[in-house]
Amino acid sequence: MSPRAAISADQLVKVFKGTTAVAGISFQLPPGSITALLGGNGAGKTTTIAMIMGLTVPTSGTVSVLGAQMPQQRYQVLHRMNFESPYVDMPMRLTVRQNLKVFAGLYGVEDPDARIATLADEFDLKDFIDRPTGKLSSGQKTRVSVAKSLLNHPEVLLLDEPTASLDPDTADWVRGRLERYRAVSGATVLLASHNMTEVERLCERVIMLKRGRIEDDDSPGRLLARYGRDTLEEVFLDVARGRREAREAAQ
Amino acid sequence: MSAYPQTQVSFSPHRIGAMVLRYWYLLRSSWPRVVELIYWPMVQVLTWGLIQIYVAQHSGFFARAGATLIGAMLLWEILFRGQLGFSISFLEEMWARNLGNLMMSPLRPAEFVAALMVMSLLRLVIGMVPVFIVALAFFGFNVYQLGFAFVFFFVNLILTSWSIGILVSGLLLRHGLGAESLAWTLAFLILPLSCVYYPVSVLPEWLQPFSWLLPPTYVFEGLRALVIDRVFRADLMLGALALNSVYFAAAAFAFLRLLESARRQGTLMQTGE
Repeated sequence: MSPRAAISADQLVKVFKGTTAVAGISFQLPPGSITALLGGNGAGKTTTIAMIMGLTVPTSGTVSVLGAQMPQQRYQVLHRMNFESPYVDMPMRLTVRQNLKVFAGLYGVEDPDARIATLADEFDLKDFIDRPTGKLSSGQKTRVSVAKSLLNHPEVLLLDEPTASLDPDTADWVRGRLERYRAVSGATVLLASHNMTEVERLCERVIMLKRGRIEDDDSPGRLLARYGRDTLEEVFLDVARGRREAREAAQ
Repeated sequence: MSAYPQTQVSFSPHRIGAMVLRYWYLLRSSWPRVVELIYWPMVQVLTWGLIQIYVAQHSGFFARAGATLIGAMLLWEILFRGQLGFSISFLEEMWARNLGNLMMSPLRPAEFVAALMVMSLLRLVIGMVPVFIVALAFFGFNVYQLGFAFVFFFVNLILTSWSIGILVSGLLLRHGLGAESLAWTLAFLILPLSCVYYPVSVLPEWLQPFSWLLPPTYVFEGLRALVIDRVFRADLMLGALALNSVYFAAAAFAFLRLLESARRQGTLMQTGE
């Protein structure tokens, strides 16, 4: 295991009541890299992210973030990480500004008002920043949620389906903001997604999961070449439906 | 970007402040939540106040014993409302699907619990001060006339309420909203044995030792000693404090164990039923 990896998973396993969600995966993400976790429903993406965040304890194996073992040493690094996920919401009755202020307090952000103003500007939140979060459209909520994930200038950013339920225009706009944040901050980004366009555009590496195992792990370009496909979507379908194994068996 | 590793302060008043601010914003934005804090204690004080007036029409011991009814009711409300204030603030996170955000933030369990204790006090002040005023105005019961004894009663009852609140929160973390009803009912489990409205001697002899295992029993016996016999029983208050220390530590331990169990089961992200 490299001590320099921003995120390092080693033989990570998670079993829930006899069902194996993650079955011994290993990978290392260098600082400043942007990687996609790709896989169908139940492939183990969200469980892997939950273990990286220290939210779920691995059944066996280890995971470390910025040199800290998760979940045992999570409080050494949680203030340097952040995440966005469709599985959580922000309190609906609080306004966007109030929510951002509370999370700025939790993450120990210096000069929270200035940071919130900057993010409101970058993510175009100004028109609805004093509106209750529950009254926003799903696109607006996602923008707020992504803005929250950048409040503390995270060095490690975990994104679980960050553009799910967004229209193509807003999704593209959010991707642009994430790309810019990564370029400026040099943060390490791990992105779980079903959206192949998003993965092709943002990620330099793709880890393909199937039934809790890593089926493939390479750059988008090399994956396309290896599977002889034009798009990552076709590669995804090959992996999901086991076409590669079938083709290799036939050969 | 900084070199690893960095550490952060282990207990942060700023993070507690941020959580208190979160609940304050919520309370401010919702008048039904504020009304809910006041209306039930108000109904209780009116009911028990009128019963007390009726009992006071008799003479002798019963008249004096009757005077404890409204005091007992007010003290019980401190325990029950204190626990409810703690548990409801916790439930707000589950109802809002915000628990995952908090659990993946640098907020530590002790800070979360401290914020819930602060909110329990704030909600108690909002709910009970108008009720104390009504008790004084309509029934002549001035809770502050209990003097420094009231401080002992209050501290012991709020500690018991927090112990119950911490245990309920741990069960909610582990079992999700399926355990929600515990937040509303668990305190009532100890009501009969705590001897709120009657002395311990009323209980069958074999049950009395169990009653003395509960800190509120000491408080309510102390209240009766003060109102009926005009004696402050420091021994009872110390007994309650000792038991409360044990229960509070046990509840905190159980909370941490249940939180760890929730991490193992992966239930922190899905906090539904």
